[in-house]
Amino acid sequence: MTSIWTQLEPLLAKVQKPARYIGCEDGSITPVHGPDLVSWLMIYPDTYEIGLPNQGLQILAEIVNERPDAVAERSYAPWIDLEVELRAAGLPLFSLETHRPAGEFDLMGFNLSAELTYTNLVNCIDLAGLPILAAERDASHPLIVVGGHCTYNPEPIADFVDLVVLGDGEEVIGEITAVVGDWKRAGCTDRHELFVRLSAIEGVYVPSLYESTFGPDGKLVATLPIDPAAPDRIEKRTIADLGEWPYPKAQLVPLTEVVHDRLNVEIFRGCTRGCRFCQAGMITRPVRERPAEQVKQMVADGLRRTGYDEVALTSLSSADFSGIQDVVAGIVDDPLNNGQVSVSLPSLRVDAFTVGIAAEIQRARRTGLTFAPEAGTWRMRQVINKLIREEDLYGAVESAYSQGWRRMKLYFLIGLPTETDEDTLGIIELARKCVEIGREYHKNPSVTVSIGGFVPKPHTPFQWFGQNTNQELQRKVNLLRDAAKKFRGVELKWHDPKASVVEGLMSRGDRRLGAVIAEVWRNGGTFQEWSECFRLDLWLEAMANAGLEVDDHVYRHRLEHEPLPWDHLSAGLHRDFLWQDWRDALAEVGLPDCRWTPCYDCGACTGYSIEHVVASATPPAGGSQGTGQDLASGGSVPVSLSPRKPVGVS
Amino acid sequence: MTPTEPRPTRIRLRYTKLGKVRFLSHRDVASVWERVIRRARLPIAYSEGFSPRPRMHFGLALSVAHESVDEYIDIDLRDEVSLDGLADQLSELLPHGIDVLAVAEIARSAESLQGEVDQVTWQFTMPGVSTVELTDRVAEWLARESVDVSIIRKGKPTTADVRAVVDELLVVEPTDDDDDATPAGARLVAVMSTRPRSIRPAEFLASFDPPLVEGRVRRLAQIILTDGVAGSPLPTPHPTSALPVSG
Repeated sequence: MTSIWTQLEPLLAKVQKPARYIGCEDGSITPVHGPDLVSWLMIYPDTYEIGLPNQGLQILAEIVNERPDAVAERSYAPWIDLEVELRAAGLPLFSLETHRPAGEFDLMGFNLSAELTYTNLVNCIDLAGLPILAAERDASHPLIVVGGHCTYNPEPIADFVDLVVLGDGEEVIGEITAVVGDWKRAGCTDRHELFVRLSAIEGVYVPSLYESTFGPDGKLVATLPIDPAAPDRIEKRTIADLGEWPYPKAQLVPLTEVVHDRLNVEIFRGCTRGCRFCQAGMITRPVRERPAEQVKQMVADGLRRTGYDEVALTSLSSADFSGIQDVVAGIVDDPLNNGQVSVSLPSLRVDAFTVGIAAEIQRARRTGLTFAPEAGTWRMRQVINKLIREEDLYGAVESAYSQGWRRMKLYFLIGLPTETDEDTLGIIELARKCVEIGREYHKNPSVTVSIGGFVPKPHTPFQWFGQNTNQELQRKVNLLRDAAKKFRGVELKWHDPKASVVEGLMSRGDRRLGAVIAEVWRNGGTFQEWSECFRLDLWLEAMANAGLEVDDHVYRHRLEHEPLPWDHLSAGLHRDFLWQDWRDALAEVGLPDCRWTPCYDCGACTGYSIEHVVASATPPAGGSQGTGQDLASGGSVPVSLSPRKPVGVS
Repeated sequence: MTPTEPRPTRIRLRYTKLGKVRFLSHRDVASVWERVIRRARLPIAYSEGFSPRPRMHFGLALSVAHESVDEYIDIDLRDEVSLDGLADQLSELLPHGIDVLAVAEIARSAESLQGEVDQVTWQFTMPGVSTVELTDRVAEWLARESVDVSIIRKGKPTTADVRAVVDELLVVEPTDDDDDATPAGARLVAVMSTRPRSIRPAEFLASFDPPLVEGRVRRLAQIILTDGVAGSPLPTPHPTSALPVSG
């Protein structure tokens, strides 16, 4: 048994929040390793507080540990103080369950949810004692595997990783485990042969089997296989039925503080609202609802097992779940919950119906309400296809104030395509009117306006759009700040526009960015998600040293037929659908939600022979909600649901 | 049969904090208890108001990384519960290293644990220090009239005489029943008064010249003096099955 616990223990007395490194969570297991077993180390490349709640890694660890031929443990990026201690003591990155060195695992699987964690990915590989470049590693090293939303353009990290997994991981993790198991039991001989076999698994991309070529003008020409066995194009994986995967079955309950410290139950995956800025909504199609009965069971079992008094029903737009009212009422009214359990819906829709549910579920403890209108004018919201009318927002806000809420948070993006200063300032206008509505109910209502700079993402209609410069974003923030000052009750918060530059680089960058990431990491640029650690100067310097232009990668509009770094990777969406949607955006034409309107063939269903799984073919009541249908707003519409059996709408 | 009126009660539990969980903060331990009480379905009372909180009360704080075999929590219940088997039931639900050793009902008007405790017994295990060396240093320390150290209380620096609050100081031999996780090394036991004010273990160790290394710190007992006689915050516990660790 190899454990570094006895060497680690004295170091823990010297660092901040040592409870992050002990494991011991309720629900965690102590796997028994064996020479014939495939071992995975699941890693979130940020702190324990951010990484532990990640449901994706918990789901995959459980699935692996249920297999007779494999074991899985977890790890997170140690904070800077412990990293210094580890390096000084010559100790490696370790697993939390058995405090085993990361380098002793067969695979290190990273979840990549944010581009700014890329230098932490590199740091974790190095701290495990491995060469950071895939090309310099051999059969004695673990395979570096990455999954998560960022991997829809993995080219900036292609130099560092061995395998990239696109899409849902539930099925593919078993297939990878089986192939690696065969290879391990056969003596870990031919690594190239292993990669070829892995590349045959649908959803698995092996970057080392491909090469990007660039023209004399420095523009990407193509990314093509250099091995005849590797496929030209890698399709994402999609599980057809979420009901077959009731994971995590034993959600981990940490013993120390983390974000989202509550029971989480995923109620559906995918979203077809079609917001054009939203990568998650585009790459996770189609919509697959979990059966309402299973949701209720998972909530009841989870609360009993964990002792939590809060459950989040998670998805990209939870109020859209067909059985939402019924499920919520079931939890709130369950006598076993003593009236002490509150439910949260992390992505609230903007309408009064939703507020009605919120009032129902926050009887035990009332937190703030958050809405995301995303843009300040109707014109702008048509461009981004977030078809919320002003009356939807005001109806929601009035409903909230009248039911006792005093504080509200509104989320907006700036730097959207075709945005004018009038659109930008429309944000403050909306907020001002919300405060005015509040004054009818309370003395000092407040609205917090939270501003993010828009970063165009791959596999969305906005993938061709040239991002605003950080100077332009800062100018817009200043406009908003000056406008907000005039109105009492409107409070402004914003994301650092400088960080958006690096997010933009990583979001749509190509393989040449690998050298940039490595240099920033070498110069100490880890934890770039953390404002106290973020260093734009390191990135700009590394870009210059690599002979690359920020303008070319971030600020430039792409051309219709220009090769893109992710052209060989597919989320199922037809390129001509995305291009048409981009043209529609510029023409300010909205596109309805295809759950409730005819299919417009984006490619996500037809390409994979799967369908939306929704229990109701009727759109939810309240507000226009981008359906293009004339629904009454104001929360007075009763919810009528057809019998709860899955209906395929494609 | 008429339903009996609920009888609000307060119970006090003695528990351990040993091994890896010694790295939990006071606040972490409070959340762990909150969840375990809900899982055990104890009818805990909630505070009134906009954001009701479960009514639990803890004793003297224990620093992160220090262990204890004598921690206390008071829990207010809406109604009485059977205490038979409760200690074992809770230990089963609590993380490894936190075990309930004893439980008893106490008066709802009982003084707060923090105000009641007069003395704390600490054990210091110092890897790399020999018993002979430690014995010499302790004798020298005890011979001093007063040992003033600079401490910080409520953000302000002040001076305290550590010698005056150390009631007993003994170098002891390590015992056989120690868990494997405790490192080998010379061992010191100190009985320290909480009045006029508590001196923290780290401050006590720093009062030696040169300072003693911290090693492993474990609280062995919290003591209430009644007419000079030492007693426990839980004098007559409800009978329980085998105790996981003896205090």
